[in-house]
Amino acid sequence: MNILVCISNVPDTTSKINFKENNTAFDTQGVQFIINPNDEFGLTRAIWLQQKLGAKVTVVTVGDLSCEPILKKCLAIGADKAIRIDVKPQDGLQVASCLASICKKTEYDLVITGRESIDYNGGMVGGILAAQLKIPYLANCIQLELEGSNINLQREIDGGKENLTASLPIVIGAQKGLVEEKDLIIPNMRGIMQARQKPLEIVAPETTICYSLVQNFEKPEEKGPVKLVDAEDIDGLIDLLENEAKVL
Amino acid sequence: MAVIVFIESQEGVIKKAGLEVASYGRSIADAQGLKLIGVGFNIKDPLVLELYGLDQLCNIDTQEDSFFDVERYSSSIAKIVEKENASIVVISASADARYLGPILSVKVDAAYVSNVVELPSQYGPLKVKRSCFTNKAFNETQSEKKCTLISLSSNSFGLKEKSGTMKVTSETYSDSQSSLKVSSLDKITDKVSIADADIVVSGGRGLKGPENWHLIEDLAEVLGAATACSKPVSDMGWRSHSEHVGQTGKPVASNLYIAIGVSGAIQHLAGINSSKIKVVINNDPEAPFFKAADYGIVGDAFEVIPKLIEKLKARNL
Ligand SMILES: Cc1cc2nc3c(=O)[nH]c(=O)nc-3n(C[C@H](O)[C@H](O)[C@H](O)COP(=O)(O)OP(=O)(O)OC[C@H]3O[C@@H](n4cnc5c(N)ncnc54)[C@H](O)[C@@H]3O)c2cc1C
Ligand SMILES: Nc1ncnc2c1ncn2[C@@H]1O[C@H](COP(=O)(O)O)[C@@H](O)[C@H]1O
Repeated sequence: MNILVCISNVPDTTSKINFKENNTAFDTQGVQFIINPNDEFGLTRAIWLQQKLGAKVTVVTVGDLSCEPILKKCLAIGADKAIRIDVKPQDGLQVASCLASICKKTEYDLVITGRESIDYNGGMVGGILAAQLKIPYLANCIQLELEGSNINLQREIDGGKENLTASLPIVIGAQKGLVEEKDLIIPNMRGIMQARQKPLEIVAPETTICYSLVQNFEKPEEKGPVKLVDAEDIDGLIDLLENEAKVL
Repeated sequence: MAVIVFIESQEGVIKKAGLEVASYGRSIADAQGLKLIGVGFNIKDPLVLELYGLDQLCNIDTQEDSFFDVERYSSSIAKIVEKENASIVVISASADARYLGPILSVKVDAAYVSNVVELPSQYGPLKVKRSCFTNKAFNETQSEKKCTLISLSSNSFGLKEKSGTMKVTSETYSDSQSSLKVSSLDKITDKVSIADADIVVSGGRGLKGPENWHLIEDLAEVLGAATACSKPVSDMGWRSHSEHVGQTGKPVASNLYIAIGVSGAIQHLAGINSSKIKVVINNDPEAPFFKAADYGIVGDAFEVIPKLIEKLKARNL
């Protein structure tokens, strides 16, 4: 069984976001990059399938040289092979198209993306990739169990869960719940040493087409100071919410 | 040419998100001098859409199949988009809509832009503002395609009435075979979901344990609100994952967000930032949440919440 896990290189969740070049580019100075949290849940699920069924796990990222540290981390976590598609993508369609070209070269039974990446927040790469490959996509995937070539899945919906069945191949959008926070694998020394022997392949993009372009960035306006209400004055709070904020 | 909006419904009743995309679509259609067409599935009470400016509703009967089927829904909508030669398609930011969007965009070869928070600032080429970095910033995105599919953030535009006359047509449901089969649904029907809620009441580690959550639930009940929690609360199993909000959990874009015993870590704030009014109740005046909130009470949750519930109940009488 071949599994492809798509990894997005994103700023650490504690990062303060700043822009440069007249607000046209993200300022990476002083920013630590991490594996997109949703992708990390997906990667862990893939490693379990590797341990249980001997599946081969390949990780892939579309990005420039600066993405290699997180790919090496994925190898240290347990992935067998890494691929970097060497282009700085402009939009989600471009990422998906690059990933699709990889999927056309090697047949993957299961392609794991994250629900969304925490930088661009497109929430689009998995769905577009699946539609381009003409295979099913399951978004917000919180459970995945294999039974031969059949697969039992669960999708989180607004206010509940949906149980589904499908057959391979499939693309999923992973998120917390697929595995738990405590299950995430922290690379150990042995993993880090082994990662050095594993292949990290760099391939040129087959397409550079994009459908949308980010023109400039802007930060939200600074908020005014909080209005404090005395803990004894609950009526005062209700009055403010009702008559000033008009939200009750 | 037309503007097409996807009108979501539940058991035939149109959801608020459906009225919001209709309102937003109307403004675009007016600016562009285009017709506004809604596409809905199994809608029982279409008339309300006339108040929100729809010129036409294509109502699709899915027959015995009552599940949201992303493949057949997207194919059915794609057919109408192509027939009407739509230049702009608008969907909400619900879980179903965000599932449908990317797939539909491939079927109609459109540029997909999600997390949109405003009307386009320009048409031809279309340019629109969206949030990114989990609400820590915004960007202006320009579409490079003839057709653009917009996913509108909840509560970012609001409801705007505009009466007219609407015609209702029935269209056929795509008969393509689905590769994903829904076997069952576990739906919590008596509770408001975070995505649909106008008010969200959220509890953090300051509530000390799951046994105290009746306070959050009771407060939510008097307000008709959804309940939410911080990440450690769901990691510890005090509450279900589906309540975890923040950068790595669910986004919240309610009109009112009340955080109790939540410190206000950057990852928590990122996910709830787009809520309009934020209220914090915390016994530590130095808690970072006070910097992000509109209103705050420095106090003990165990004393403040019961009083708040009591006062709100009295007010509702
Ligand atoms: C990669 C990553 C992703 C993350 N993503 C998220 C996310 O999406 N969402 C999220 O929420 N967190 C996230 N976090 C965790 C985040 O950093 C914080 O640890 C978390 O939000 C803190 O939760 P809390 O406020 O409930 O708990 P605490 O930080 O422990 O705060 C408890 C608060 O309760 C107050 N309190 C105590 N007793 C009382 C009382 N009797 N009455 C009133 N107030 C009281 C305290 O003063 C304190 O401010 C993430 C962390 C990482 C590393
Ligand atoms: N540059 C990238 N390289 C590889 N995978 C990506 C990249 N960007 C996004 N993805 C994958 O697509 C998912 C959704 O991303 P997005 O559509 O950007 O929110 C992510 O969780 C990743 O799994």
